[in-house]
Amino acid sequence: MTPRARGWLAIAAIVVAGLVLSFVVQERYHHRVLTLVFLWAAMGLAWNIISGYAGQISFGHQVFFGIGAYVTVLLVVKTGLTPWIGMAVAVGVAILAAVLIGLPTFRLAGIYFGLATLAYPLIFRIVMDWLGYQEVAIPMKRDHPGWFMQFTEPRSFDLLALGVLAATLVLSRVIETSRLGYRLRAVKENEQAAEAMGVDAFRAKMTAYVLSAAPAAVVGAVYIHAILFIVTPEAVFGLLVISQTLVVSLVGGIGTLWGPLIGAAVMVPVSEVLDTTVGDRLPGIQGVVYGAALMLIMLYAPEGLFWRIQQTIRSRAGRRAAAVRPAITAPADELMASAPAGNVLLEVRDVSKAFIGLQALSEVSFDVHEREILGVIGPNGAGKTTLFNVLNGFLVPERGAVRFCGETVTGLRPNVLCQRGLGRTFQVPRTFPRLTVLENVMVGALVRAGLADARGVARDALTRVGMLDRADGLPGGLTTLELRLMELARCLATSPKLVLLDEPLAGLSTDGVDVMIAMIRRVRAGGITVVIIEHTMQALLRLADRLVVLDQGRRLAEGAPNDVTRNPAVIEAYLGKRWLARAGAPTC
Amino acid sequence: MAQVAELLQYVATGLLVGGVYALMSIGLALIFGVMRVVNFAQGDFMMLGMYLTYFYALSGIDPLLGAVLTIPPFFVLGWVVHRGLLARVTGGGDPQRQMDAQLILTLGLSLVITNAATMILTPTPRGIRTAYATQAFAAGPILLNQARSYAFVMALILAAAVYVFLTRTDAGRALRAAADDPEAASYQGIDVRAMHGLAFGTGIALVAAAGGLLATYYPIEPSVAGNFIVLMFVAVVLGGLGSIPGAFVGGLVIGLVQSLTLLVLPFQLQNTGVFIVFLLVLYLRPQGLFGRRARAV
Repeated sequence: MTPRARGWLAIAAIVVAGLVLSFVVQERYHHRVLTLVFLWAAMGLAWNIISGYAGQISFGHQVFFGIGAYVTVLLVVKTGLTPWIGMAVAVGVAILAAVLIGLPTFRLAGIYFGLATLAYPLIFRIVMDWLGYQEVAIPMKRDHPGWFMQFTEPRSFDLLALGVLAATLVLSRVIETSRLGYRLRAVKENEQAAEAMGVDAFRAKMTAYVLSAAPAAVVGAVYIHAILFIVTPEAVFGLLVISQTLVVSLVGGIGTLWGPLIGAAVMVPVSEVLDTTVGDRLPGIQGVVYGAALMLIMLYAPEGLFWRIQQTIRSRAGRRAAAVRPAITAPADELMASAPAGNVLLEVRDVSKAFIGLQALSEVSFDVHEREILGVIGPNGAGKTTLFNVLNGFLVPERGAVRFCGETVTGLRPNVLCQRGLGRTFQVPRTFPRLTVLENVMVGALVRAGLADARGVARDALTRVGMLDRADGLPGGLTTLELRLMELARCLATSPKLVLLDEPLAGLSTDGVDVMIAMIRRVRAGGITVVIIEHTMQALLRLADRLVVLDQGRRLAEGAPNDVTRNPAVIEAYLGKRWLARAGAPTC
Repeated sequence: MAQVAELLQYVATGLLVGGVYALMSIGLALIFGVMRVVNFAQGDFMMLGMYLTYFYALSGIDPLLGAVLTIPPFFVLGWVVHRGLLARVTGGGDPQRQMDAQLILTLGLSLVITNAATMILTPTPRGIRTAYATQAFAAGPILLNQARSYAFVMALILAAAVYVFLTRTDAGRALRAAADDPEAASYQGIDVRAMHGLAFGTGIALVAAAGGLLATYYPIEPSVAGNFIVLMFVAVVLGGLGSIPGAFVGGLVIGLVQSLTLLVLPFQLQNTGVFIVFLLVLYLRPQGLFGRRARAV
């Protein structure tokens, strides 16, 4: 059986198990617990879409829960609309709210995002109070209880909640196995690397947010009808809702659909049992248990139960694989007789960029021709990486222009530039640590390929750099050379016209340097233009057709390696004035 | 003329309340500035400070003195919480994940404290009765509630003491060094973990004292934390996360905004003004009024 089929089968098994439970269970109270488990698992799964898959921890997700509850109940009260349709309206409102909240909020990163999300449910609480909806009870409809979601048979609520859970599980599974799922994981692991590999991080996050708002609204609507019967701002927008969501998700583990499921199955019965046994004497016991659970899980297994187990298994498998794999050797050289004098692919014109008090680049201009290997060299602090950050869109220059394939691309986002054929690697390799090597490369492949093809493209790219036997390991177990080769493969998987390689030789052994140089020559032989940053002249002399020398943000020299190394200004910048006198003297 | 006096009255009331907000926000900012921890449980320690001051008052200690007397026990409590909980999820790993872990840890702590307090102390609101709570100073047409005025002055004194501690003492300098660059500080022989303990202890002590001052005119109940933690977050973000002078000004501004919102909006919407300011600051100037701009790449 394929892993794909196994995943769906597991979901089916969960639903069947839920059905069996709801028919086995007899007592009213046990039905209530079952309903709660299903609903909180679904709420955890909804939260998990934005905070687990996309890694944007939201402390205000009860906004959508509350919207679901209020919209459905107010529609019944004011217009007599059945909650079955009201729920659909509520989902629409929640999606609209998600867009309105997400648009400004996703411009914030890290802790600012989390703090901002805190404010939205508080605002809703205040507004609901002010509108006079401090307490809205569901009106009794004795004539058509089913039509108004007012079942007398507690099993009906079990089944309804199970239906919501099943739908959310399917949604989660679809996301996990889709292009979006891979993109979200990449954004979560390293947003900048994801952007450089063609992922539109903002769009991916917005999509995830909308998809996580919808089931939260449905859960809110069902919760009101099954459990609360009366909506109050505190009950649906309050801290306890998000706490419970966080507890079920974090205890189980986030970023997987199993986490919230495990968390809800463990935590909800515990807190319900405590509430009924000692809740009368100790009214805050549920809160204490949730708080203690959050603290314990953060102290002892911050990844959650599911990941703890999986990681142990994976790292064991990784160690076994490491023992048998052969070293990577340099492939046969595919030298070209001479650099082809192709058309100009990339034009850099008078680019200037300043940081506070530092002119990192001033009026830098040069051209890159098709199928050449251009070396950019310069001492530390010369502005080399800043140049790359401008070229691939991380930074916008104050002045000057960059043209790629004849079009001005200054100010375009990195993901757009990647889609147009500009790839890059980083000085310190930026991996997606929790994705396998193959999945890392797949993120790059997804720029042009659908999910089905991406796997093949990624395998090809790994084969090209001699890394296919490492495909299933995690990047954490790779050597520096392997990391750099994986980054190169990820970059090649985007089918670039031009690659920017930021110090690909740094930290490599002599053998490693040989491998890397041969790989880069191969890349070029495959028709891809290469721009390399290095600060060691030696290596670039072997590799580059032409050199551009930067010093203190200015272009110092440009030309064939041999001419550049004889240039007095370059010698002075590299070695100081005293060397100039010696260099001038006839050698040998 | 009457309108001007009314406006001045609202400004004065806002500033008096803002002084206490400023003191509690300083505590939060100190903890964030030194440890990069967003402490969700800050409001709960404030609530505990209110209760301790209440119990002091029951045994005959004036709450203005009682507020100051909360400082030693809460410093110790903060130090213990840091050593026993936060220090164990600090160090190593992805800073973003570490921050999330610390935040969730303090959220858990907050839930435990609020609910345990509800169980033990009951949800019944309590108050401290003082002679000056119902009196007012008259400054021309403006009336200044005496309890709030005393609390304001005490808050200023404590804030000034923190400022002197941070700028004039060796421990304070070491604390700032640990905040700026923990690694470099540890190479200079500064025990960064001890500094974190000092910062957390001081931050908790300050918010407890602020709670004590607040207790002279605000009802004391276990659920009071929720109302204030958000105000503190807003003040700290407004001032630039981690900036102490920023948090002080942020606290004053929050008091003003709260008070002036009443001029245009009904009482229930008092805090919407605060949240609107909060979101505007986050969107337009996330580094806050005093903060340094974060690096782009």
